[in-house]
Amino acid sequence: MSDIINLTLSALIDKIKNKELSSQEITKAYIARAEKSKDLNTYITTDFENAIEKAKKFDEKGNFDYELPGVPLAVKDLFCTNNLKTTAGSKILSNFIPSYESTVTQHLWDEGAILLGKLNCDEFAMGSSNETSFFGNVESPVGKKVVPGGSSGGSASALAAKLTPATIGTDTGGSIRQPASFTGTVGLKPTYGSCSRYGIVAFASSLDQAGPMTQDVSDAALMLDVISKYDLKDSTSVNFKRGDYFKSLSSNIKGKKIGIPKEYRVDGMPKEIESLWQDGITLLKKLGAKIIDISLPHTKYALPAYYIVAPAEASSNLARYDGVKYGYRSQGENLISMYENTRSEGFGDEVKRRIMIGTYVLSSGYYDAYYLKAQKIRRLIKNDFDEAYKSVDAILTPSTPSSAFNIGDKTDDPVSMYLNDIFTVPVNLSGLPAISIPAGKDKNNYPLGLQLIGKAFEEQNLLNISYSMEKELSFKNNLQDWWIK
Amino acid sequence: MSKNNEYLIKRGNSEYEVIIGLEVHAQVLSKSKLFSDSPTNFGAEPNTQVSLVDAAFPGMLPVINEFCIKQAVKTGIGLNAAINKKSIFDRKNYFYADLPQGYQISQYKDPIVGEGSILLDLPDGEKKVGIERLHLEQDAGKSIHDIDPQNTLVDLNRSGVALMEIVSKPDLRSPEEVNLYIKKLRSIMRYLGTCDGNMQEGSLRADVNVSIRKIGDKKLGTRCEIKNVNSIKFMQMAIEYEANRQADILEEGGSIDQETRLFDTKKNETRSMRSKEDAHDYRYFPDPDLLPLELTDDFISKIKKEIPELPDEKKKRFVDKFKLTPYEANILVSDIETSKYFEDVIKNSDIKLATNWITGELFALLNDRNLEISQSPISSKNLSSLINLIKDSTISGKIAKTVFEIMANESKDPKSIIDEKGLKQQSDPKEIEKIVDDVIKENPKNVELFKSGKDKLFGFFVGQVMKKTDGKANPKLVNDILKKKLN
Repeated sequence: MSDIINLTLSALIDKIKNKELSSQEITKAYIARAEKSKDLNTYITTDFENAIEKAKKFDEKGNFDYELPGVPLAVKDLFCTNNLKTTAGSKILSNFIPSYESTVTQHLWDEGAILLGKLNCDEFAMGSSNETSFFGNVESPVGKKVVPGGSSGGSASALAAKLTPATIGTDTGGSIRQPASFTGTVGLKPTYGSCSRYGIVAFASSLDQAGPMTQDVSDAALMLDVISKYDLKDSTSVNFKRGDYFKSLSSNIKGKKIGIPKEYRVDGMPKEIESLWQDGITLLKKLGAKIIDISLPHTKYALPAYYIVAPAEASSNLARYDGVKYGYRSQGENLISMYENTRSEGFGDEVKRRIMIGTYVLSSGYYDAYYLKAQKIRRLIKNDFDEAYKSVDAILTPSTPSSAFNIGDKTDDPVSMYLNDIFTVPVNLSGLPAISIPAGKDKNNYPLGLQLIGKAFEEQNLLNISYSMEKELSFKNNLQDWWIK
Repeated sequence: MSKNNEYLIKRGNSEYEVIIGLEVHAQVLSKSKLFSDSPTNFGAEPNTQVSLVDAAFPGMLPVINEFCIKQAVKTGIGLNAAINKKSIFDRKNYFYADLPQGYQISQYKDPIVGEGSILLDLPDGEKKVGIERLHLEQDAGKSIHDIDPQNTLVDLNRSGVALMEIVSKPDLRSPEEVNLYIKKLRSIMRYLGTCDGNMQEGSLRADVNVSIRKIGDKKLGTRCEIKNVNSIKFMQMAIEYEANRQADILEEGGSIDQETRLFDTKKNETRSMRSKEDAHDYRYFPDPDLLPLELTDDFISKIKKEIPELPDEKKKRFVDKFKLTPYEANILVSDIETSKYFEDVIKNSDIKLATNWITGELFALLNDRNLEISQSPISSKNLSSLINLIKDSTISGKIAKTVFEIMANESKDPKSIIDEKGLKQQSDPKEIEKIVDDVIKENPKNVELFKSGKDKLFGFFVGQVMKKTDGKANPKLVNDILKKKLN
């Protein structure tokens, strides 16, 4: 059984296709491990009985030509799942059961995957440590009382702890890449418009993007093949020619031009991050890539711009949670007091903070100075990347300015928490694809990730570069299963 | 300086002119909503026309309904307006129980249609009223306060229905001009098939902006906005009340507060709803769920080809080709169904008679029974036959009225009515001569009087002949023969 959970997604699929393993065996193995891993608090909702039932059905008469034949998967609780509670990590949706399925998860089930349950996340995906979830902290398997990152913290923790062979998260400002970096896993944020947003609880519509979180780069390519599809139900979905990412994986990156942006050398960056980055550069050279120094001059404005645009959109996106139609409702003497009580009790502090920031920056008299200016900065940041991509194929940066920190370390200081996203938000503001791959460890043996940023819709290029690096890095998490009961 | 028909408010020595601008909300005629595929039927059971998108479930996304875009462009073209090839959908944020998203998707800075105009026919000539813009937006649901004594109920059937907000320039000067403006706008949209204009069902309603200024003043006064008025009559009453209210304030040396007011149809007065200070901050910003709407030249030119002949052109054609007076033409073109009916009738019958019968008898009948022309008990074909029967002297105009009445009740064709009831005109000169002779014989005294110069008695003889023939004698023959015999 321990063999099963140590297999990568693609290895598992091979074994199912060769009939070496049944869907039931695999499903039961992951469920058994999840039952013993409750202390990590990765799951908000489990659907184990149904999962076993579905696995049984798959073994009886499943289609083995599927991309994910009988593979059990847990997903972030931001994806609406038909008939299964979807909370977005919030009290306000703690009793919400959708009657519909998100497009992205539907693609998983259409390819034979089986839902194990819904994974913990920061409330409405607002957070970088999974500490804002109404359903409690998630612990990272990399160390006791260590955060898994956020907002897809439950996903990252579950993946690293081998409670699911792969998973999907969402990334608005780094919510896939940062937790991947913190947990020694691979996280890919595809180009905005690749994966449908239909049925994903919205945080910031112009930035939100779903993507795979996996044990290695091949698995990420495989998952991307399944979830990246044009969708008429999402007006921002883009109908571009998608690659055959998994089959087209290549580790030959000779002659690829990789940009190193000087603006990412931020003050006070830990030595270990700097040397991680330097080692990455050395490795790429060794693999035949050309390293080119580039400048992304507006980088320093990305974080402030992000913390205007994202809360602005969030303040409007979250207006629908008013207690009238679904979800948590408090009492009140009249409509206004019902709203006030419902939203005061239903939302946590971080969500309230962002709703207030967002409401403020959109208010008349402040709109031009904040929201409009932030949008202009956004364009400048995009222009920086466009300019850089005239001379490079991809850009290499650290994924995060530090390794994983301890639970509670940053909860009292929102700004230091926000600084976690400093390397990841420019990518969302520009709509570009980026991947975080595990590349080393810090002094505590906590994982560190490197980020590769690509050109829009050129995920294959990103996957190939990271695939070739991964082979050489041969990163291992070597977790001690300390949380298992 | 002031013309006779000018609408002015008088206070002592002062005369105030009234400045009116309208924001008309017209429901787009479309089977499905602006951003979802839910149906839009009026009067359906509450909450039966609601999709997950309309009810704003988590993760639901709006997808633009291309047909509604076409309808807006079509309307824009009908208003002689500029079509903006790029427009943007914004979110207008506010909380209300019947607004499921917590925001309305509307167009704020970049509407789909820009400046245009509408031509009004005033007694002293035409007047061009400017259109500021037309934009698309979602309707909200409906809060119902009077069913449950404890709770407010919400019906989301209307939530997400497409509306066109058509904003006029402050070019209107009287309640009557508002009447003509709404009717013309309604007429154009009905010609185009872009809005059914049904005010009872709420397909057309307006926010009315009213300000006044002393005659001769250039600067506009402070305006008040009267929200959501749903009939022309109420708009006129509200303007009348509001203009007088403002005049009273100014006359007493006061000043007008810019505010939003409501018209109380029971008390016939407007009253303050909220002041400028209390105005909502809607926090408009471009809806990130929707890309900017970009129209191609091809898309617009295809729609241009679908534009039918509109009231102004039709009126011109009716005057030029059919020699109608502008007044008659106006009446006949104001409603597209009426103009169709008229053109059907005149295909095979006399234009002048048709004009008179439609604007006279038929309109009276429809008015009386409160019917639309499409519901007329007398078909255009039957009216055309009736007119031909008058024209070829089968029946007299007087008998025709009797036949018309029967047609109105029995919906039969006039020929069979005439045959059935024996109403055919007597046009045999010999027979009429015989009757005339009888009448002369029977009234020797009156013949004497007539011959001695009492001309008026001629009518008496005609009457006698008609009496004897049950009114069926051809009046022209009767006249001719009587004249011959009496002189």
